Amino acid sequence: MFKEIAKGMAFTLKQMLSKPITLQWPEEQKPSPPRHRGRHILHRYDNGLEKCIGCELCAAACPVGCIYVGSAENDPAHPVSPGERYAERYEINLMRCIYCGYCAEACPTEAITLGPRYELADYRRERLVATKEDLLEAWPGFEKSLADNPRGAGADQREQAGRAPGVSPRVAWEDREGAVGQAGRGSPAAGQEGLAPHVPTVATPPKRNPG
Amino acid sequence: MIADLAHFSIGPDYWWVVLIKGVIVLGFLATAAAYLTLAERKVSAHIQLRIGPNRVGPFGLLQPAADAVKLLFKENTAPAGRDKLLFWLAPALMAGAAILAYAVIPLSGTTNVNGYALHWNMAHVNVALLYVLAITALGVYAIFLGGWAANNKYSLLGALRSSAQLISYEMAVAFALIGVVILAHSLDLEEIVNAQQHAWFIVMQPLAGLLYFVGALAETNRLPFDLPEAETELIAGYHTEYSSMRFGFYFLGEYVNMVTVCSLATALFLGGWLPLIPWIHSDWLGGLVGVMWFLGKASILLFLMMWIRWTLPRLRYDRLMNLGWKVLLPLGLLNIVITGSVVAARAAS
Repeated sequence: MFKEIAKGMAFTLKQMLSKPITLQWPEEQKPSPPRHRGRHILHRYDNGLEKCIGCELCAAACPVGCIYVGSAENDPAHPVSPGERYAERYEINLMRCIYCGYCAEACPTEAITLGPRYELADYRRERLVATKEDLLEAWPGFEKSLADNPRGAGADQREQAGRAPGVSPRVAWEDREGAVGQAGRGSPAAGQEGLAPHVPTVATPPKRNPG
Repeated sequence: MIADLAHFSIGPDYWWVVLIKGVIVLGFLATAAAYLTLAERKVSAHIQLRIGPNRVGPFGLLQPAADAVKLLFKENTAPAGRDKLLFWLAPALMAGAAILAYAVIPLSGTTNVNGYALHWNMAHVNVALLYVLAITALGVYAIFLGGWAANNKYSLLGALRSSAQLISYEMAVAFALIGVVILAHSLDLEEIVNAQQHAWFIVMQPLAGLLYFVGALAETNRLPFDLPEAETELIAGYHTEYSSMRFGFYFLGEYVNMVTVCSLATALFLGGWLPLIPWIHSDWLGGLVGVMWFLGKASILLFLMMWIRWTLPRLRYDRLMNLGWKVLLPLGLLNIVITGSVVAARAAS
């Protein structure tokens, strides 16, 4: 009996003297593994054209129907993507998404992938519908901003219009909402009025696979 | 008049000296209990490779204050079918008994301050050991009354277990202490410490020391003897129905009890305030240094208790009883017989 007790006590003492494995989130961040399936990223070609051609194969492949793609014809003089069409709207309901990665598998141009970002909790359901603006890879200067803060979360969203580096889409959404006035904050009824026009609400989910 | 009052004495001490000491002891025990909870959480965290509380203040040092505020402001719920008086009385009894026991524990040797003999305990009692045993035995009433008054089956089961456990282990503890008393020829804690000038009693009475420590673990309801609480079976045992500061008083009592048994063990077995490195012991500073030695030794024991808690699993109830009555008690008797024989033989020769 004494031998076992001594063995146990020695073990716990050894544990006590070794370094704790606690990661003090959010001050300390753990980089996501390379193939982490976090929030989606819409990619661009090196020349800045969007890879997405608006074919809606991702929406068709999605098992939960959380992707909405609204495609439009490209203006040949000023193309958004190399194809005939591009995604005018691209929205993903992150509350419904199961992060299976089928959209990435279905994509013929590798326009959508699942990224490293994982801090996706929010207080407002409306904010959890990621818009094209949230998802689209920044360009140019993406590499540079990644070097500024390589810790994964939000790294795919640097230098979007009107945002300081490191500001998350959520903060940007709050800024947009704040333009309506303080009364809008926190109350769902008032908040819906304050939504930017391109932010879909939960009450009217995007139709799946139109046409 | 005031001059007369200033010289009114309680026992060998002036009343205001006793008052000051009382305030200091109370403050010390409350603070110690609060910070022991933090220490416990830190020790457990590091044993489990965690960090522990570190959000309130530097290194989480203000966590006990935050906890105290939380306990004070929480809703004080009480079950409808409770015994009102006892439900209210039991936590107070727990904390009260625990704190009272500390009154006689000498933190340092008697110091000569300008001709006044300053005792480093609140009450200089010549049967201090007996007093401590008697007062700590009151704690079982607090636990049992609390468990009974709550009108909850888990509380009652915890209380029943606790009574049985405390009674069994009190016997073993008392027997273990008799060996010390035989060697020191006194029940006065200060004299017991002074009798260890040449060798600590843990050297002369290792068996008694071990028995006392095991018994102390059981008496303070610490793991591996925390049957009265036994979260996995009894939710929280006797204090299941307690919340807010009433629960706080149970908690306070438990941690003050830990301080008490560790201090007692220090005084009885580890030479109390006697330094490992010799120090002239006659002046004011010497007395304070003695307190440091005492508290240092007690802290080591407290750490040992925590270390054991986070290492060993809880004993099964029947094994607990077996250990108490069939192992510790006979060993205590054996210790008395051996000690007595040796002392008698040396006296005869």
